[in-house]
Amino acid sequence: MNADFRLLPQQASTMAPRVDALFWFITAICIFFTILVAVLLLTFAIRYRRKTEDYFPKPVVGSKVLEAAWSIGPLALVMVIFFWGASIYFDMMRPPEDALEVYVTGKQWMWHLQHSGGQREINQLHIPLGKPVKLIMTSEDVLHDFYIPAFRVKMDTVPGKYTTLWFQATKLGTFDFYCALYCGTEHARMIGTVTVMKPREYEQWLTERADRSLALQGRQLFQKLQCVTCHHPEANNRAPILENLYGRMVELEGGRNVLADESYLRESILYPAAKVRAGWRPIMPSYVGQVDENDLVRLIAFLKGLKTGQTPARVEDFPAPAVNEKEAAKDKELPKPNEQPKATDKAKDK
Amino acid sequence: MTTVAVEPRPQPFEPRSIKRADYLNISYGVRSWLLTLDHKRIAILYLISISIFFFVGGVFAAVVRLELATPKGDLLQSDTYNKMFTLHGVVMLFFFLIPAIPATLGNFLVPLMIGAKDLAFPRLNLMSWYVFMIAGMFGIYTMLAGGVDTGWTFYTPLSPKYANSQVMTAALAALIAGFSSILTGLNFMVTIHKMRAPGLTWFRLPLFVWSQYATSLIQILGTPVLAVTILLVAAERMLHIGIFDPALGGDPVLFQHLFWFYSHPAVYIMILPAMGVISELVTTFAKKVIFGYSFIAFSSVAIAVLGFLVWGHHMFVSSQSPYAGLIFSFLSMLVAIPSAIKVFNWTATLWRGSVSWDTPMLYAFGFIGLFTIGGLTGLFLACLATDVHLTHTYFVVAHFHYIMVGGAIMAYLGGLHYWWPKITGRMYPEFWAKFAAIIIFVGFNLTFFPQFVLGYQGMPRRYHEYPAEFQVLNVMSTAGASILAVGYIIPAVYFIWSMKYAKVAGRNPWGATGLEWSTTSPPPADNFEKTPIVSLPPYIYSKEEATVVP
Ligand SMILES: [Cu+2]
Ligand SMILES: [Cu+2]
Repeated sequence: MNADFRLLPQQASTMAPRVDALFWFITAICIFFTILVAVLLLTFAIRYRRKTEDYFPKPVVGSKVLEAAWSIGPLALVMVIFFWGASIYFDMMRPPEDALEVYVTGKQWMWHLQHSGGQREINQLHIPLGKPVKLIMTSEDVLHDFYIPAFRVKMDTVPGKYTTLWFQATKLGTFDFYCALYCGTEHARMIGTVTVMKPREYEQWLTERADRSLALQGRQLFQKLQCVTCHHPEANNRAPILENLYGRMVELEGGRNVLADESYLRESILYPAAKVRAGWRPIMPSYVGQVDENDLVRLIAFLKGLKTGQTPARVEDFPAPAVNEKEAAKDKELPKPNEQPKATDKAKDK
Repeated sequence: MTTVAVEPRPQPFEPRSIKRADYLNISYGVRSWLLTLDHKRIAILYLISISIFFFVGGVFAAVVRLELATPKGDLLQSDTYNKMFTLHGVVMLFFFLIPAIPATLGNFLVPLMIGAKDLAFPRLNLMSWYVFMIAGMFGIYTMLAGGVDTGWTFYTPLSPKYANSQVMTAALAALIAGFSSILTGLNFMVTIHKMRAPGLTWFRLPLFVWSQYATSLIQILGTPVLAVTILLVAAERMLHIGIFDPALGGDPVLFQHLFWFYSHPAVYIMILPAMGVISELVTTFAKKVIFGYSFIAFSSVAIAVLGFLVWGHHMFVSSQSPYAGLIFSFLSMLVAIPSAIKVFNWTATLWRGSVSWDTPMLYAFGFIGLFTIGGLTGLFLACLATDVHLTHTYFVVAHFHYIMVGGAIMAYLGGLHYWWPKITGRMYPEFWAKFAAIIIFVGFNLTFFPQFVLGYQGMPRRYHEYPAEFQVLNVMSTAGASILAVGYIIPAVYFIWSMKYAKVAGRNPWGATGLEWSTTSPPPADNFEKTPIVSLPPYIYSKEEATVVP
């Protein structure tokens, strides 16, 4: 029953040894002070044990030197811990630019994951060894938390916004991931496995499951939902053109600037009036109820890769866009996914 | 400590004068208790109420530990398990730990320690107890009406929208209990400011009173935020105003900010009074003036103030800005310093003392050791990078149980044994008390130490079933919990027994110095035969000390 009991967790990411080094440093401090206090306490308690009731010890009121010593000593140590911890944390919070992107949606009580090539997984994640992977995560209902102990990383998933988590696996094999934030009845069953594969096997795995890329699906949605009617150069300035928008600072009504990241794009689709760009009228309707989390991910993937001149034509003879599973299956007979240029790929060429 | 302090001290075990009226025998009958304005009787009312809640919360904990003895969810359905740990948390925090020391020992001792006849507002004090009991009724109703399964943290949007258990009545119970806590804090604060005996300056106050003062500060400033938060959740649930629900344009993370703004300081509502108790125990049982009086006193205030600035350390992975995380991590680290000051000063007090090993002192030793471990393991959680791995896991569970059970409950039991002769006029049986103290120490460590390892291995909290690799440590923990349960039952039995059969205690069985020991045991209804006048600092045990201590 306890075949795979191990006292220490596996170290399977670039972050794991860094976190562990700090963990053991703090552990050493803990052991040192615990033993120090215990030894002093027991020594004094035994050595100065009460022998007679009428002995009154010599009073010792205190010592400024000692007070200074046991204030400054711990202060110095906790500052080391603070800076060390902060430097690792900021690396955790900053995914590398070239990271593979996987979209994660938590919902009661399962994990839904989508690779940018459109491959979907449930409660499983396949990733290549040695490449940074960035999870862009949200939740459909309550808070959850995506936690991979062997990688020493976790991050809450929050409904209504995106959070990110990144890691780079250093060991082949499968590792558990858990929902770490209590989310209701079946919280304990919201678990899955990460499979770390050799990069070539991973490529093969992707190709076997290739559907149309997320960006391409997003492009179809962009047309189907009539976004393109207004967000188009020929639309008489009804709405801003969205080319090259992702990752830029945009100016809002009232002079504030915000970064056009995933959360901003998402909010602007669902609640267009929340952050209106300077110089534009708030005429866009809300898309709440018309797009679900998966659609949002597709639209955002499309917008992220949208570069100069790539806004699709307004009148495009296009088969009914496939947004649900059934139609997607039908769609497969149409152009082979890998032959279609991905918006993102094209962008890189330019 | 009074004007007579330099003269021969009252002898321990002086014969108790017959037929003297004390607060216990001055009147009889249920009415005389339920309508009493005597702070000592109100303390007893609280003592009985919170002991019942402790028992109830303990049963929930036992069920949780039994379920976790095996990896499969075989004893309970997931929903039942979720209700068990939620109710365990709600009952233990709001109905036991927060009122534990202030409402019982604090209520009994603050007026006695400052030489007053009662608290400043005796009626308000009685009202606090009734408010507490109304909250308790809502709590009990919650349990009988099907329980609540949101976790004691009530995170949104789970609690207002998705959970369909008794969320609102549970929240209401916490809200009302909060008012009782505010009223007690207010009462203590005014009392300590206004009712001190002649000559009892701030720096002559016993450290227990300082800690109660710091605690009251948190109760008054922090608890209203809890009330506001609960009202906002209610407004969202009933009026559909978007505050925390993203579908209504709210922000679920805002709830966490508000919740921890109260709930982190609430930890100090539990631990500061415990530290006050330990300061009293250490000096009495070393028969020596406390080492670094003003450092201990001000470290309580420092902890109370800093405690309000560190709530974000619960939220390093919540999507809070990393820069906010940076500041919260830094400030949380600073809490280590006043904590270290206390531990080292207590230890130094024993140096060249005359250290007795009576039961209260055993609890004080236990407290210092376990609080040290609990405090130091807080470093892992204040530190950004290690917290990312350890938060939401059993490491956190182990950490705060070391603080709250190893710390607060150890000190509460130590204090209860120490002042038991003052409260009841009788001693407790020393052998059984020592035996129970050792059982509790062993059982506690066996229960909670394995949970640190479980957390480091990555086992998340609030799982009713778990991967098999975590079983060994969970079995150890469950075994420890059953030992701990025995350790808690023994004192319950002998305390009740002692009220009638144990040896009669004199005024001052420990040879302690505080004003509470200068009056009879149990004290008369108005505490002192005549108002004491104070001319010396606290903890003066001998003539020599009287000349040395400033
Ligand atoms: Cu969960
Ligand atoms: Cu906290």
